Amino acid sequence: MNGTWLGRRDAVAKLLAALLVTAAVVTTLDPAASLTVIGVLLVLLPFTGLGLGTLWRRGWPILVSAAGIFGFTVLLGAQDSPVVAHVAGLDVRENAVGYALRLLAVGLPGFVVFATIDPTDLADSLVAHLRVPPRFAIGALAALRLAPLLAGEYQLIRLARRARGTKAGPFSTLFGLLVAAIRRGIRLATAMEARGFDRGEPRTIARDTRFGWMDALVVALGLTLAVAVIMLKFART
Amino acid sequence: MSTVEFRGFGWRHAGRKAWAIRHLDLRIEHGERVLLLGASGAGKSTLLAALAGLLAEDSGEQEGEVLVDGRDARRQRNTTGIVFQDPQTQLVMSRAGDDVAFGLENRGVPRAEIWPRVDAALSAVGFPYDRARSTAALSGGEQQRLAIAGVIALRPGLLLLDEPTANLDPEGAQLVRTAIAKVIQDLDATLVLVEHRVDEALPLVDRTVVIGDDPDAVWSPGAPLPARRAVTAPGEALLTAERLALPHTAAVVDEEVRAGQALAVEGPNGAGKTTLALLLGGLTKPRAGRVTASAALAGRDAGRPPHRWRARSLATRIGSVFQNPEHQFVTDTVRAELALGGASEATVDHLLQRLYLDRLALANPFTLSGGEQRRLSVATALAAAPRVLVLDEPTFGQDLRTWRELVTLLADLRDEGRALVLVTHDPQLVAAIGDRRLELRR
Repeated sequence: MNGTWLGRRDAVAKLLAALLVTAAVVTTLDPAASLTVIGVLLVLLPFTGLGLGTLWRRGWPILVSAAGIFGFTVLLGAQDSPVVAHVAGLDVRENAVGYALRLLAVGLPGFVVFATIDPTDLADSLVAHLRVPPRFAIGALAALRLAPLLAGEYQLIRLARRARGTKAGPFSTLFGLLVAAIRRGIRLATAMEARGFDRGEPRTIARDTRFGWMDALVVALGLTLAVAVIMLKFART
Repeated sequence: MSTVEFRGFGWRHAGRKAWAIRHLDLRIEHGERVLLLGASGAGKSTLLAALAGLLAEDSGEQEGEVLVDGRDARRQRNTTGIVFQDPQTQLVMSRAGDDVAFGLENRGVPRAEIWPRVDAALSAVGFPYDRARSTAALSGGEQQRLAIAGVIALRPGLLLLDEPTANLDPEGAQLVRTAIAKVIQDLDATLVLVEHRVDEALPLVDRTVVIGDDPDAVWSPGAPLPARRAVTAPGEALLTAERLALPHTAAVVDEEVRAGQALAVEGPNGAGKTTLALLLGGLTKPRAGRVTASAALAGRDAGRPPHRWRARSLATRIGSVFQNPEHQFVTDTVRAELALGGASEATVDHLLQRLYLDRLALANPFTLSGGEQRRLSVATALAAAPRVLVLDEPTFGQDLRTWRELVTLLADLRDEGRALVLVTHDPQLVAAIGDRRLELRR
């Protein structure tokens, strides 16, 4: 997907690293731990090829949700955590900051990792390193390629129903879309079968799937960050 | 190179009463290049699927044998390669090179050997981009070239092409025919090609085979075609397009759709023909400009633009036939499909007969062949008897008999005083009934 350092790393390694960090963050409400994760990821951002603009464009729903959680907790949350600030006559307690930052810290690793994973590499890596059957990995990959066509197809089916003089409710249109998607899927499966897919013979992978030192380093970085979060949690309680 | 033999072959799809194909005896010697012809629904695609070993034993009933190099075709799948009509559903990977490599991976070809074979296949079909090119960014003709590359990379002894140009505009079809001509020069393979337009496919083959009992349905060079231009002057304008904007082009359309006139809309893919059809059909709201209906056409909705009419009223005034017939099917039998808008029994029977659908009256519309589906979608629009008919590629993939019948039917409707809008790539259709031409540009 991109030629940056992180972009070239093995997909399973990146997933594993993100999973470790996320799991560690979920265990704590400490704003300092969440801030650490957010800070480290922002520092690493140049290695991912993601600009702040892209981050905002694709990630704004997470920010909006975090802001929403912050607002709700300030107004309606439990009153048993220490007050950290007064804003416009309201007490801002630590748990409000904690919930909001945790959401960001949970979302960000997965977001960064998925933005740098090419679906093809992911399928290759799953097959090569986690022994996922190609039938599922490559099958899902092929289905994914058809997904963008569905939006246009939905629109066409809605119009086609209108042309037939039937009221095109979303349910009936979705049903039509389902039928169309299944028929496409069958055609695609036939074409894949005709090219020898899933015939029970050993399959090779055309692209490089070696798991190198640099990929191990990605996992190690994730592990380090996760351990740091846990240690911070115990140090502050 | 493979030898092919059918011995008393027949196939009936599970759940269907009629045999898709029956009593077929045919031998194709190794290295022969055969053009397979036959009426729409004669079983050409079934025959190719059988050769490719893709008819699973539990998906229907078989008679006789299909042999490739003396063995059951299902066990010879590693020596056959097949290219289908629809480019969208043949490409598997998101990068062009990966897609060609897909078949080689499945055969367990070592990685070091894969990429040279991929490059050779891409250059054999004249693919103009590099391996990293996104398959989604390709035109239909380019996608189909890529699909051919993916098949010849496997070095098949038997190459099957099932109407590889049917879904393409003339430009794309020409690209694909050039690629096929280039590929079969160097490939040691027996070729079986299914195509409707014989004159364009003949240079690629050295033998033609007609299957089915209806040789009159087969397109052949010089076959007499109906000429049915309007004989009377066109009537009033039923629809008027004013400064109508189309996507991706700066041009605007000013045009009148007149009673008793067939307006042919032509132009390359991407010029906005389908968008114009949707706008004239009252299905989408114009981005800029407007479409107005005459008082006679609009009835109770006088003064209101067609895209704001209720669906039921719209269908009785302006009928639309989409490029992909499957989008318009909403019931589970051909007969119910025609009766949907409240058409009388007699009208339904008449349409079934007129478009050769009577033997399929109880079949599920989704199980029909491509040509049959298109006829049905035209028939459904006719059932509501609208005064304006907007048809997107009505003659796509039709055999000569149904082509003639469709053209005659459309000309009759026009002569009754209806207005026709024909969006088409078919020059013969325009020559036969196009009274007025509108050429869109990219």
